[in-house]
Order: sequence, then structure tokens, then C-alpha cells
Amino acid sequence: MPLPRSFGFETRMLHAGHVPDAETGARAVPIHQSTSFVFHDTKHAAHLFELKQYGNIYSRISNPTTAVFEERIASLENGTGALAVASGMAAQLTTFLTLLSPGDEIVASSHLYGGSVTQLTHTLKKLSLKVHFVDPTRLENWEQAITPRTRLLYGEIIGNPRGSILDVERLAKLGSAHGIPLVVDATFATPYLCRPIDWGATIVVHSATKFIGGHGNSLGGVIVDSGKFDYSSFATLADPSDAYHGLRFHDTFAHYAFLMKARVETVRDTGACISPTNSFLLIQGLETLSVRMERHVHNALHVAKFLDDHPKVAWVSYAGLPDHPDHALAKKYLPLGPGAVFTFGLLAPTPADAHEKGKQLIERLQLFSHLANVGDARSLVIHPASTTHQQLSEEELVRAGVGPEMVRLSVGLETSEDLLWDLDQALEGIP
Amino acid sequence: MTAACAIRLNSALTPEQKALFQSPDQIRDVLATARTIAIVGLSAEPQKASHFVASHLQDAGYRIVPVNPRGGVILGETVYGDLAQIPFAVDVVDVFRPSPEVDALAEAAIQIGAKVLWQQLRINNIPAAMRVREAGLVSIVDACIKMEHGRYSGGLHTVGMNTELVTARRARFAGSAF
Repeated sequence: MPLPRSFGFETRMLHAGHVPDAETGARAVPIHQSTSFVFHDTKHAAHLFELKQYGNIYSRISNPTTAVFEERIASLENGTGALAVASGMAAQLTTFLTLLSPGDEIVASSHLYGGSVTQLTHTLKKLSLKVHFVDPTRLENWEQAITPRTRLLYGEIIGNPRGSILDVERLAKLGSAHGIPLVVDATFATPYLCRPIDWGATIVVHSATKFIGGHGNSLGGVIVDSGKFDYSSFATLADPSDAYHGLRFHDTFAHYAFLMKARVETVRDTGACISPTNSFLLIQGLETLSVRMERHVHNALHVAKFLDDHPKVAWVSYAGLPDHPDHALAKKYLPLGPGAVFTFGLLAPTPADAHEKGKQLIERLQLFSHLANVGDARSLVIHPASTTHQQLSEEELVRAGVGPEMVRLSVGLETSEDLLWDLDQALEGIP
Repeated sequence: MTAACAIRLNSALTPEQKALFQSPDQIRDVLATARTIAIVGLSAEPQKASHFVASHLQDAGYRIVPVNPRGGVILGETVYGDLAQIPFAVDVVDVFRPSPEVDALAEAAIQIGAKVLWQQLRINNIPAAMRVREAGLVSIVDACIKMEHGRYSGGLHTVGMNTELVTARRARFAGSAF
């Protein structure tokens, strides 16, 4: 008998979560575009609703195509399981709603996507959840913000848009010492470049819309749990649930408790589910993830170096460059490269002038698509202060490091010399 | 039979202990061949973990035999006060009792001729596990029989869990990777 085998990342990228079914043997993952699933009999139906049997009821809660996406990403992240939802925003909100009770507090990095800052600041406030934002680059900032009501630490592994790197290992230890789970948004890294659970993170969330899907065609989000956090003192998971006749999720589902509750209570009730067709397209993305990410980081470094050397460029903020303050952290957590999204600013005498030149650059680019997304196979460009981070106050913009001159790139898979050509010709035309 | 995938997650055992007490081949074999499963410490309360496990095993076609000093009937099956009182053969003794109680249960399992002693998740009496192993029983430690059944029957996959199974072989029949 051969020894049990632990398969490699690329193998699992293609095979994890999908056993060709007995009936058809379909090799590609079938798209189960069905809202609902027929029960064997009334007892089967009752047991599914009581959670006494695993099985599909309704695609708001689970779906066979989505299950392949979920198990595959859980495997790639070295997690105990996963839950796919409508978007990255839904992934983080589902996590908060599942773990937290009114009055609980979050300590969050201030280096977040603008939409996340808005969700944490305004939407969570309506639910009586309080958020303390901290400069994530100093551990003592996190420690000082923790109170007896703190129930969750939150940050992005590669901060959007400034590119700071979260010190996951030290932060996870801090959380662990206080009995607080660390939730990491790893959207910009994907499991190919960094697996936060391996460094002690409790939960990983993704906007799968970005590099995981990789082709800019489908929205989706996903939550992965490590299964390693002791939730026995977490009221939301340990206490009897009124929504399931007093079921104690932690007692009954052990290392699956958080994900089961997130699925059968939170997403059941919010309806933030993913479409099966989107799950299929995201699976297609996963199957080439390693190949694309290698090329993304290769092109990103090439473009970053070019801009760094350009006389009209004031600064480039990419942790892959040796002068970035988090270069050492990037080498530790993202040895293959710190993603393919970064920012730069043009030389200008005043902020208003810099803003104007940034806009002119975007107008002149021929190959970079001007739109509000990242992680497409195509290269993308945007001006964050007036778009993705527009709802932030002046103070929040300063905290997030979003200046008026900042231009954000998401470097795609094009011939890298063509990307340099495009930037060169656009910069050439700016006075 | 094809080579098994390594199952590494969610275990408190050492790699050496895992090799003895959580072998994927043995677990698959137990689930594929067992018919009667005595559940020691099965609760009559529908929302307790043991009740979930018993209900799931019944739905999967196993006969469950409740063992609990309180007696009565659970899930349509007569409850026996202890293993020795069960008047027919059982294949598996599944334990939902604290680790210190497993020594006596191991002796009883050997006495009644059970083929398997299965200690549930977070129950890990290693000396008792060694004892039944030496007596020729299959010995499983710190694992949930419902979760393991779910791993190989497709149920865990349905709810997005990481079964750690990787294969390009076609399933032999619907919903099964046994």
C-alpha cells in the first residue's frame, strides 16, 4: 500500500473539491443552475432542515457547483472549509454578523479598501458594532486599541491601495493572547502568494472577483476558516441559538461551527448568496491561478521598476521594491511577490497640479483600462481619491494614505514591454 | 484500491498516533463494512451532538444502539444500560464519554466481541486505544464518525468543507468516495 499523499498546490488547484460524478463522469465541473433540490421523502426534507443530514435544499444556502469552488479554495488556503457569497463585501459582512453581537468591538487596519472602511464605519454602526481604526504598521497600535469588548482584529494582507503588508504572524499571536480571532482579507495576494492561516490567522476572506476569478467577469466572495480557533467562549457560537431550537454550534459542529453558522443562519437570512454560474467562472479562474499570479507579479515588478526610474514620477509604492518600508515583510509573507496592485504619484509643484497630471495620464493610456476593479487579466488604472476612496473624509484619506496625486495600477498579463510603452507614451505627453 | 490522500487537518494527535488511530484506509473500511453501531453516552436531547451523529448514521443506513444508564427509547431504538446488556452483536462501539471512562469501555468492547472502538472528537484515551488494538480491534481516536462518514460520502463537501480528498477517478456510485 503506497503512503497517503499530500498533493501540491497546483494539483489541488485543478482537482480539489471535485470528484467526477458516478452518473455522467463529467470532467469539467457541471453548472447546477437550479434554485432548489428535490427531497427523497418528507423525513429527508425534515432532517435537512434540522441540519441532521448534509444536503442541498435551496441555492441560497448551498449549491453543488458552489460547493466545488468552496472546497477548492479551502484546500488552497489550508482551511477547514469555506463559504462562498455574493461578493468580497458580503464575505467580510457575513463574518462580522456571524461572530459579533451588538456592543462588540473590532480593531481594524486603516489601510483598507475604501468600501470596507465605509462598511465598517457606517453600516456596522447601525448594528451597534464599534470599530477602532489603527495604523497597522505598528503592533502597539493594535494592542492599545484592544478593550475587554474587542472580539475581532481585521486587516488586509496587502493594504489597498498603499501596499502596506500586514504582519500576520505577530498580529495572530497578539489576538491569540487576548482570545480574539484575526480575520485577514487576502484578496490582493490569493492563496498562491500567501496563505495567512499558515501564519496563524483565524479566518481569511477574499473578494474572489479579483485575481481568483482573474478575468473581470464575475462577482463573488469567499470566507475560509482555519478551524483552529477556540470559540467556546464566543457567545455567538457557544450559546444556544434561538434560530435553531437552542442548537449550540460550537458543541455540535466543533471545527465547522463558524462556517455552519455563517451558512445556515447568516447567509440564509441576509440572502447574500453567489450564483452557481459565477461559482463556475471562479473555479475556471482558480484552475490557472498559479500560472497567472506568476505572470502578474513578474509584470508588476517590471512596471514598478520602470516607473521608479522615470523622471516624471515622484514616488512608487510597491512592497516588491527594496525602498518600500514593508519590503522585508513582503519577502517574509509573499516571497513570490507582493501582488500586482500598486500606486505611484507624478512630480508636481502642488497637490492640485498632481491631481490634474494624474488625470491627464489616465486619459492618455491606451492599454490600461480605466475602471474600478483590480485583478483582471488585463491591466487597469484608476485615481483612488476621486473614485474607490471617494466617500472617505479628508482625515480618512490621510489615514489610508490616499493622496490627490495617487494613481493605482493593477498590472495584467499583457506583454510587459507593451505596458512600459504605454506608460512611457502617456508620461511623454504630460507637461 | 487507490492510494489514500493524507488527512492532516483538525487533529490533536501526533503523526505517529494518527498513523495508528486515524488511518484513512481503516476508517473507510469501517464505514463501508459496519452495520451496527453502539453509541455510548447517546443523549435523548435532539440538539446534542451525539443525537445529531446518531440520526445521521441512521439516515445513512446503519443500525444504531443507544447505550445510556437512563434507559428508554431514543430514535426508535431501545436504550441499553451498558454494552454487556446488548443481546446481539455490534460492529462498532462509538464513545461519547469523557476520556477517563474509556478504559472500562475498552474492556467491555473487547468482551462483547466488537470489531471497532471509536473515540469521538476530543476524546483521546491513548492507553485504552492501544489496549483494544492489541486485542485485535480497530481503534479510532479523536474523530467524529459523522464527520468521517460525511468526508467519504460527499456530505461534508456539500457544505463547503475541506475533505482533503483529491482524485481524478470517477465516483463508483452517487455521493460516495468509499
